[in-house]
Amino acid sequence: MENTELLNAVKMESKRNTKRMSGAQAVVQSIIDEGTNLMFGYPGGAIMPVYDALYDVEDQLTHVLTRHEQGAVHAAQGFARATGKVGVCMATSGPGATNLITGIADAQIDSTPLVCITGQVHSHLLGTDAFQETDVIGISMPVTKWNYQVTKAEEIPMAIAKAFYIARSGKPGPVLVDITKDAQFEMLDYEYKPFEGMRSYSPKYSLNLDQVKKAAELINSAKKPFVLFGQGVVLSNAEKEFKEFIEKSGIPSAWTIMGLSALDSNHYLNVGMLGMHGNYAPNKMTNECDVLIAVGMRFDDRVTGDLSRYAKQAKVIHLEIDPAEVDKNVKTDIAVLGDAKESLVALTELVNKKEHTNWLNEFRKLEQEEINTVINKELNPTVEELTMGEVIHTINKKTNGEAIVVTDVGQHQMVACRYAKFRNSRSLITSGGLGTMGFCLPAAIGAKMGAPNKQVIAVIGDGGFQMTIQELGTIFQSKTPVKIVVLNNEFLGMVRQWQELFFEKRYASTTMINPDFQTIVKGYGIEAKKVTERKDLDAAVREMLDHEGAYFLEVKVGKENNVFPMIPTGASVSEIRLK
Amino acid sequence: MKKRYTISVFTEDIVGLLNRVTIIFTRRKINIESIAASESEVENIHRYTIVITEEEDLVKKVVLQLEKQVEIIRAFYHLDEEIVYQEIALYKVHTAVLAAGKEAEKIVRAHYARVLSVESNFTVLEKTGHKEETQALFNELAPFGILEFVRSGRIAITKPMRTLTSIMDEMENQNKQN
Repeated sequence: MENTELLNAVKMESKRNTKRMSGAQAVVQSIIDEGTNLMFGYPGGAIMPVYDALYDVEDQLTHVLTRHEQGAVHAAQGFARATGKVGVCMATSGPGATNLITGIADAQIDSTPLVCITGQVHSHLLGTDAFQETDVIGISMPVTKWNYQVTKAEEIPMAIAKAFYIARSGKPGPVLVDITKDAQFEMLDYEYKPFEGMRSYSPKYSLNLDQVKKAAELINSAKKPFVLFGQGVVLSNAEKEFKEFIEKSGIPSAWTIMGLSALDSNHYLNVGMLGMHGNYAPNKMTNECDVLIAVGMRFDDRVTGDLSRYAKQAKVIHLEIDPAEVDKNVKTDIAVLGDAKESLVALTELVNKKEHTNWLNEFRKLEQEEINTVINKELNPTVEELTMGEVIHTINKKTNGEAIVVTDVGQHQMVACRYAKFRNSRSLITSGGLGTMGFCLPAAIGAKMGAPNKQVIAVIGDGGFQMTIQELGTIFQSKTPVKIVVLNNEFLGMVRQWQELFFEKRYASTTMINPDFQTIVKGYGIEAKKVTERKDLDAAVREMLDHEGAYFLEVKVGKENNVFPMIPTGASVSEIRLK
Repeated sequence: MKKRYTISVFTEDIVGLLNRVTIIFTRRKINIESIAASESEVENIHRYTIVITEEEDLVKKVVLQLEKQVEIIRAFYHLDEEIVYQEIALYKVHTAVLAAGKEAEKIVRAHYARVLSVESNFTVLEKTGHKEETQALFNELAPFGILEFVRSGRIAITKPMRTLTSIMDEMENQNKQN
């Protein structure tokens, strides 16, 4: 008898903390309770109950209607990358869900925290080829960190809380929660409980101090140490700790494009960009250093070139959160598993205060060579045609490195990464791993919404611009003041460059006959200008940056300019070509 | 050098997880020679036993990729000599073959095969053993005509004396420290 009373009391108590609501309302409430006030999406049949629930909470959770689901997911990525928070996007079942896949794959390979919510057909219709049914769980499995199908309303609070936890913890990534329509209609007693972990998942390793000690000893004995850093520094908010580490140890440091902006462009130890179109010195010196210290980067093939001739002379230290990345591409002598911030703090304590002046000067010498042969021509050209580099250079001068630059994929991306200057972290947003054309415009919208006080400049090629050009409609409707710079060479420039260098100039399907972008953009009510001559560039960039709303600046650049330096496919980093 | 490895994957009991497991092999174009799924000694934890023939370096990477999945608890790989393993095979033959003469009976006896079922027109034989052993019986019965044949995936028990519970305790401590 007593027991029953006690049980009832407990039940009453727990009832008091819950609220009766529909599954759809629980989806929205969970998102709010996870601290999100902005999401991107596109409605449709199977997700309508959630949209209906959104209607009541518009003051707490803003939903940005994009013009395509791909736009929604890229916008969520841009938001996540600019803020460090989880990006949220939503789509309906079937085509809505499949349109998210490119962005999810992009987020997976670039470790971007995303929660994607898709509507699904009624649970009794699952597997029947119902209208707008697709097996999104199956389709998204290879490109999500985790995914889950909800068929009962009572699962929703837990599923969403778990989704946020998994997306943001450890090595971040995209997760997808698919919710059947009947689960959205069903009622439940809602109570928000943050997810606190699961036995099968260790987001990060506790630091092994022996490994840190070994790494420090190796660094202290090095004559020519070299640091490579990637997005891991950004994802663990370790920019300050990273700077302290390199300043104490005096080690020249180079970045992958995912790590760009984690260290001030003008820092005396910043020796530039790694990889295929990176700087001359860091690529060359990779095969000259005696100790290579990789921090939060994963030795992507675009960074390493031919692995069999990559840093063979060096001892390799790898600071990495993901055990699957250690020894995956480059054999490590000392692996320090864990969060970059913790690892760097521990390591900095044990390394000796040093300066590697002569070694750093070797980088400077090679840098000078690159300035003379490549950089001067690109930034201060004497030819009539405008270069992509001088556009970026002009933007630099006017933003003082304070803007967020979002890029698409191709030549302009490499040029932007090479020449844009940054003073703050999370200022360069690009599709690094997947190389998704069409990423830029929607990602810039998300970035601007995440960082409204920053100037957000979308740098896009004429090809990629047309892949998600419909998002001009989102800019128009949401009045998002992004600045769009299209570097128009009337070519799919990077492919054309390869055709020139490796396919005997056979320009198969790379010529673009473009519409009048000015007319199109103006149709969306966006201020637009086109620059074809150098003398007009400066004023046009100024005007763009001073303009209050969104602005579109099209710059006609040299049609057949190439991006150099370049490491051809299959070549070693030391075989980097200046021309 | 390529060798035969048995991978044991311990997972939460969740719909669709097998798909996540196999994707990791298929994206690297690794042929799964056999796969078996069952419960483990710990409640609600499932184990998959997967056999592949690959170089150790690749197997190691695959195992790390498996462990990276949030609902996979741990994965291990072993060479044949590090495990005790077994498979089961069933053979359906005409009953007339066994009734006709001593030849087929001799084969059944020599292989210690069990007769599971005898019907007027067919008989089902069973043999447990390593693949080579069940295959040997198949080869000898083949001339008499095999109506149906099936072999299960390999199941394996590891020789090292580390229990799943102790591994899970370690993981829990790891998570507590974070």
